[in-house]
Parts: sequence; structure tokens; C-alpha cells
Amino acid sequence: MSLLEVRNLRVEFPNRRGALLAIDDISFLIEPGEVLGVVGESGAGKSLTGASIIGLLEPPGRIAAGEILLEGERIDNLPYEEMRRIRGKKIGAIFQDPLTSLNPLYTISRQLTETILVHMDMTQAQARTRAIELLEEVGIPAAEKRMDSYPHEFSGGMRQRVVIALALCANPKLIVADEPTTALDVSIQAQIIALLKRLCKDHKTAVMLITHDMGVIAETADRVAVMYAGRIAEIGKVRDVIKDAKHPYTKGLMGSIPIVGHDVEVLQQIDGSMPRLTEIPKGCAFNARCPDAFERCFHDRPDLMPTGGPSAAACWLYDTETANG
Amino acid sequence: MVDTAQQTSEEIALLQVRDLAKHFDVSKPWLARVLEHQPRQILKAVDGLSFEIKKGETFSLVGESGCGKSTVAKLIVGLHGPSRGEIIFDGINLNEAISNKDSNLVRRRWQMIFQDPYASLNPRWRVRDIVSEPIRVFKLARSKDEILARVGELLTQVGLSPADGDKFPHEFSGGQRQRISIARALSSEPEFLVCDEPTSALDVSVQAQILNLMKDLQRRLGLTYLFISHNLAVVYHVSDRIGVMYLGRLCEVATASDLFKSPKHPYTRLLLNTIPDMDMTGIERAPVQGEVPNPIDPPNGCTFHPRCPLANDRCHKESPKLRQVGDTMIACHAVEENRHS
Repeated sequence: MSLLEVRNLRVEFPNRRGALLAIDDISFLIEPGEVLGVVGESGAGKSLTGASIIGLLEPPGRIAAGEILLEGERIDNLPYEEMRRIRGKKIGAIFQDPLTSLNPLYTISRQLTETILVHMDMTQAQARTRAIELLEEVGIPAAEKRMDSYPHEFSGGMRQRVVIALALCANPKLIVADEPTTALDVSIQAQIIALLKRLCKDHKTAVMLITHDMGVIAETADRVAVMYAGRIAEIGKVRDVIKDAKHPYTKGLMGSIPIVGHDVEVLQQIDGSMPRLTEIPKGCAFNARCPDAFERCFHDRPDLMPTGGPSAAACWLYDTETANG
Repeated sequence: MVDTAQQTSEEIALLQVRDLAKHFDVSKPWLARVLEHQPRQILKAVDGLSFEIKKGETFSLVGESGCGKSTVAKLIVGLHGPSRGEIIFDGINLNEAISNKDSNLVRRRWQMIFQDPYASLNPRWRVRDIVSEPIRVFKLARSKDEILARVGELLTQVGLSPADGDKFPHEFSGGQRQRISIARALSSEPEFLVCDEPTSALDVSVQAQILNLMKDLQRRLGLTYLFISHNLAVVYHVSDRIGVMYLGRLCEVATASDLFKSPKHPYTRLLLNTIPDMDMTGIERAPVQGEVPNPIDPPNGCTFHPRCPLANDRCHKESPKLRQVGDTMIACHAVEENRHS
């Protein structure tokens, strides 16, 4: 059984003229212990997908259709209090900015033990011991001494380590990490990526890693979903998607990333930019920027389909009927 | 590109920076200092930087946040006054030129492109007013019609249409706004552009558009760039020569190909080691250790020694000077003494 199953999820923002569809019918699975990368440009809906899973969708945004199943049980329609118990215990979360995810007025030790006590049956002393263990595990030197420091006394990288320790408090099965390294310097980013990789291996935790940085995905993830305008454009094993992209958007995206050691005079570029939610064209949302678009792309919206290769892409180029006709 | 770089390599430098320093006073107020018996605190954001940029080349500064790379950009365009040292642009000493009343004649020869295209355009101005501001300030056109024609030309040059001049910045996406910024920078017909993280706020596909545009403009207009970025892959793509900064100092200056093929300074090697592996070679890499120290209280000697695998006693005491080794400049005792781990 898959750890997490997202089925035909739609997220919309009601407004005066109807509703803006921010996530349009996406489905994917996460297996236990797997790292699924979700990559896309800003506004593609990747963070909203993460927020829907941990039940932190900001109103007026709401799940309009579809189901989210954790270990076979629906979690998208749970009452607030029940979801609160799952969040933290079964699903951990790591956000982009470590300074805003920690309470500046409480010491690290108080924040960690509080989380441990809520989710686990422990005494205060046991919780403190566990908190110290966690801090040591995420690589904070002199953990016992630093326990009683406040968040502002830590550097950015150390704060993100504390946030990771917080997410691990109750041994969750899944961690949703939304841009965990974006606010950090490159050398710290490399440390945090290595840490995340080691921790999910040791704890067999699955991670949904949301980022705009293909490099981070290449380093960390097992599979990757490429999102564009609220839909999954392509999903498959990381190596396959990076080396042999099928969807024209993924191809363009890969070509537009400068890579050290690859000497190219002109980077491949995708002209234009992602459409606003109010201006998503009929048919495939990518049709205006796609070099291979043909008539069908302007009428029908493609779903994920097999490409003949290892990944699946939402593109009519791979539709057997179109190809034959 | 390669051809132009070779042709110009013999010419004199367009920009020379000599022993440039900028110190910020970050002390507490006087009374607090007296009551708590604390000394003044000086943040040495840039501390003795020397480099040259040749005409027509792209020189990049890379480094992690807090290393002083943006301060260098601001010093060069005159947004900060230097605490020490001099900046010489095409034979003119900028410290003197800026205070001079003819400074406009010099000032229009360089421009700056900023990181955040949402913050660097006035939201209440129409695009044509934004783009034409340097033309009006430097009095480069005689009539309104001439200004309008020039704005249309500039907008076309950066891939927008002349009709976009009537719009306001909020009607454009991030990439288009950065194009407006570039059009504004080009409107005074500068020779030299300081680009401070021009693509960091943009998505990758848009970043590619802007980088391609900048390279194309450089070829057509013969521009010289000082490019500042923390993204090593971008720097590799655009630069002819690169300077690596750490805590306000240069640790290595080399051509792009030398720097990436055979990095010499231990910090450069550490930085290159952090580049994500996009070729999926799966090679295990040595983990990166430590963090950038607090610039208010940097370590003695070589500021990199707490993180350096090659550090010895000399590195703890003596600060290394930038020395010429072959074609590159390196500030490292270990490289000088041929020490290896």
C-alpha cells in the first residue's frame, strides 16, 4: 500500500467571478521511505499541493474535489482537531524560512519538548532527553548546552536543523519539506541536503520535497513530479526526467538551466512566462509557449499518459491515437 | 565571445579597484557603550580589495551572503563612499569625479541593474518615464519626441514593444520587469554595467531569457559587466573572469575555465563541491563543514582557517595576501607553501 495517495485533487480560490482553479486535477503516490521531488516555477501550485496534504490550506483556498489518503485513510476531510493530531505525528513539515517557523519568544528546548509531549506518551524529563538526542542527530554541536538558547542565537543553517529536529519529533512517516534550502547559502544548502538524505534513510521516512531548484532534486529525490500551471506535466524517476525529458516544458526547463562544465553560448529558452490563473488557455496550459503544439493542444487538456519511456507526461505528442492519426 | 576577449586582453583595464575597503560602524549608541563598557564595533564589509576589469569582459564576484559582494557593487556605482582605497574608471578617479560638478559626464558611463525587479521600479511611474529618467537627467535628448523615439527603441532592444511604454510596472511579470530595468540602464548609453544578482529573483526559464539577453546586448553594444551572483552555474555561464570573495576579501581571481577546472584556494574548492550534480554521476562528495563566521568578529589570520582542511599555525596568525600564481591570483598560505592534506 502506498504511504500517501493523492487522487484527482483540485484546489480552488473562490472569488467574485467564480473560482480560480489553482490545482487542477492532480494525482500521485508516495511510497514509504521514498523522496518525491515536486519542482516547478513560482505559481505552478507546488506549495499549495504540500499545504493541502498537511491540511494547512489558507482560506479562502479550499479543496474542491479529490481525495488525499494517508496509509489508506482519507485525511482531506477530517475535522480540524483530528487533523491537528495527525499533523506532527504522522506528517511532519519543514518550511522555507527557519526564522518564521520557530517561535522567537520560546527557547529551543521548550519548543521541542512541547511538540514531543503533545504527540508522545512521555514525562518531561524523557522528553528533554529525546530533544537532546534529536538535536545531536541533526548535527547541532554541544546540543545539551544549546538547548536553552533562543532561535535568534542560532545561525540560519542551525535554525533549519532545529526545524528538521522539530519535524522529526514524533517519528512521522512523511515529511513535507517546502523549499527547505532556498533561504540558505550554497555551502549550508549542501549540508542540509546531506542531512535530509541521511535522516530519511535512517528513519525510513518518506519526503515530499518541494523546490524550484532542479539541482536540489537531482541530488536528493528518487522520483520527481514537474508541475506547470496547477497540473503535473511529467512524473518519473529523477534520472529519467533529467536525462531524457519527454514533455516539451521539462525539455525547455532542463535546457534553460546553466550547468557547470557544459559550455553553451546561448541557453535554450522558453519564451513567455507561465500564464496567470485567470488566463490559463483552453486545452493544454503550455500550448502558447510550446514549440511542438498542434491543433489538438488548443482544444483538449491532456492527462498524464505513458510516453513509451520510463516517465509519464501530460502531452498529446505521446497519445497513440494522435500519433497514428 | 572568445574572440572579443582575446582582442581586448591587451588593452588597458576599464575599471581598476585598488585596496578598496568599506567599514560600517555598527556600535551601540554612545550611552549604552559607556554604561556597558563596550568598545566600538566595526563591520569590515569590504576589506582591501584589488582587481581590474578589462573592456568588453564579464568579471564576476561570487561568494556566500555576507561576503561583501553587493557592497562592492554599491561602492563602484557610488551608492556608498569607500572608507579607503580608490576606484579608477577609464583613467578617472571616481572619488574625485563624483564630487566634481561635471560628474554627470562621467556618471552616465556606468549603470546598475538591481536584484529585485519588484522593488527597483517606481510603481507609480509609467514604463516610459522609468526608462527615460536617465535620458532626462543626463539631458541626452532635445525634445519630447526624441525621448519617446529613444524609449521605443530601447524597449524593442530588450524584447518588449514600444507600446509597453504606456503601461505601469505591475502589468508586467518578473522577467519583463527585469527587461525594463535593463532598458533603463541602457538609456544613458553606458559602457559599463554593474549587475547585482540580476536573475536571483527569477524562475529558471525566465533566468535563461535574461542571461541570453544580457549576453546578446554585450555582443552588440560592446558592454563591460561586473556580475555579482551566488549561483556558481550562472557565473560559469556568463563570466570571462571570476573573483571569489570570503568575508570581505578576495581569495582567488582566475579565468572562468581555470577556476572551474583547477580551483586552487581551499574555499573555492569547497564552493565548487556544493554545486548540485546535474549530470547524475552519483559520485559521493566530501561533506562541506562549518559556516561563514560572524563578519563583526572575524577569525584572526586567514579568515577561512576555521573551515580550512589545510590550515596550520601560520594561517591562524598571518593574513594571506593576494599573490600572482601563473594566470591566477590566490590569497592562501597553503597554496604558497605547496601544502596538501
